[in-house]
Amino acid sequence: MAKETKTLNLNFGPQHPAAHGVLRLILQLDGEIVEKADPHIGLLHRGTEKLIENKTYTQAVPYFDRLDYVAPMNQEHAFALAIEKILKIEVPIRAQYIRVMFCEIGRILSHILNVTTQAMDVGALTPTLWGFEEREILMGFYEKVSGSRLHANYFRAGGVHQDLPKGLDKEIGKFCERFPKIINDLELLLTDNRIFKQRNVDIGVVSKQDALDYSFSGVMLRGSGVPWDLRKSQPYDCYEQFEFKIPVGKNGDCYDRYLCRIEEMKESVNIINQCLANLPVGPIKTDDGKISPPPKKDIKQSMEALIHHFKLYTEGYRVDKDEIYTAVEAPKGEFGVYLISDGSSKPYKCKIRAPGFSHLQAMDYLIKGHMLADVPAVLGSMDIVFGEVDR
Amino acid sequence: MQNIQDLEKILNSELNTKIKSSLIKHNQIYIKINETDLTEVILFLKTNPKTKFRQLIDITAVDFPENEIRFKLVYLLLSHEFNQRIIIEIDVKEKEFVGSITSIFPAANWMEREVFDMYGIDFKDHPDLRRILTDYGFEGHPLRKDFPLTGHNEVRYSHETKKVIYEPVKLEQNYRNFDYESPWEGTKYIKEQTKE
Repeated sequence: MAKETKTLNLNFGPQHPAAHGVLRLILQLDGEIVEKADPHIGLLHRGTEKLIENKTYTQAVPYFDRLDYVAPMNQEHAFALAIEKILKIEVPIRAQYIRVMFCEIGRILSHILNVTTQAMDVGALTPTLWGFEEREILMGFYEKVSGSRLHANYFRAGGVHQDLPKGLDKEIGKFCERFPKIINDLELLLTDNRIFKQRNVDIGVVSKQDALDYSFSGVMLRGSGVPWDLRKSQPYDCYEQFEFKIPVGKNGDCYDRYLCRIEEMKESVNIINQCLANLPVGPIKTDDGKISPPPKKDIKQSMEALIHHFKLYTEGYRVDKDEIYTAVEAPKGEFGVYLISDGSSKPYKCKIRAPGFSHLQAMDYLIKGHMLADVPAVLGSMDIVFGEVDR
Repeated sequence: MQNIQDLEKILNSELNTKIKSSLIKHNQIYIKINETDLTEVILFLKTNPKTKFRQLIDITAVDFPENEIRFKLVYLLLSHEFNQRIIIEIDVKEKEFVGSITSIFPAANWMEREVFDMYGIDFKDHPDLRRILTDYGFEGHPLRKDFPLTGHNEVRYSHETKKVIYEPVKLEQNYRNFDYESPWEGTKYIKEQTKE
């Protein structure tokens, strides 16, 4: 007697805690083995690119905070760099240092979230509680410098919005002294943990060639042994002045990606320390009045400053006709902005290249043949945030 | 290690009949090619040992509604080996089919779906050309310049029918698009309203 077998279609999400947001995954199961995964995305699609086409360059910046909302400033950075390259603006060195520092803070923010939620997906709750305490402190730094914990709107074309408030550098310094110990604690909980290893080692293995073919970037690419980091290979702002290492994985599995993230956090602390030690004094945005708004006190005294202020906050600055692709190494991978300007004060086209989009695309390839219980582990190690996938 | 000028020379000599124009700007190469040569050029760039553009970064389109050839399709490639970026542009008419490059780069699958969804450009031989970012049953292509910013439909939960319903967009106030070029003449929509 022949046994009849049937595959089972399972609808995973969109409201599932391990889906890391609003992912709807249609899984085809043979018993507990996943045969096919079809991610349905777009549930958080807000039409960011369309909105940016209809706003001035200044008004477009906050939309970037809402993409990968766990590391907002890294996104703003790509947009600011694109405009600066077209307009050929020199960014003052202090502004560059501040930007690098806050990009690294963003990287730690994102990696803490990812590492700890990855642990939670496979059953460990404590790392999340410990990690989120630190995230809270880091978001406090965001708030002190920009006024808001998440949607910073801080990196502007030509520099940053305002200078560091008094004493913030010391606070960040203190955090950097303390934080390596927290990373250590997390590692004690996870790195040699038997359950964590059983759930992650040899799961979701990506070969070097496939990582390239599927347009992986960031940790997903480095975890598979490709030493590629835009901060080193195509340095932007003042990244070439810092000494840091690029951790590279060996096996390309979920565990290696976790290890890469842990090491990257240590390197980020190292970069922030170097920033603080050599933080130059000087202006924090370009002095070109046609691009950066004048200080408040000048508006009361100088006619020119008043006119600049009025023009910048109504029409906005104009950007010459050009097209450019700029990319930064965001915590999740290569985040790029393909900007077409037409000489007016609004972008003609602004395509956002989100790393998570290509990572999630490989879900079917990564999960095929794995068990159903591996779906959250793989999803967790991909570092998916729906703000940027859906845009 | 080769510099970007050498790379441009290699491209122009090896692919000379296929490249319509090439340009170096912002330390990136921009080339224009014909739609018919697309797969061949991309395969060459990926496999040739002198170029090694082994990663497809993104595919996107740009809409120029006033042009006869309405769309410009843009492919961004990256070569890790030589640390170079290339931007390939092709012109596409409305309702014209473009060859899919999913067989060369599997990553092109979703990128082409996105272009199809946002601009309505069809790809030949694509394994699974569905909408990707917009809602199930969505109509229109949102990133076309003639698609309104507010969209056509809005969604709300109806207490009467106890389900989510779609309705045409109703706005309390129009989206105001100020024309700052000449503030003295007023904005376009006010001019149109006062004319009546």
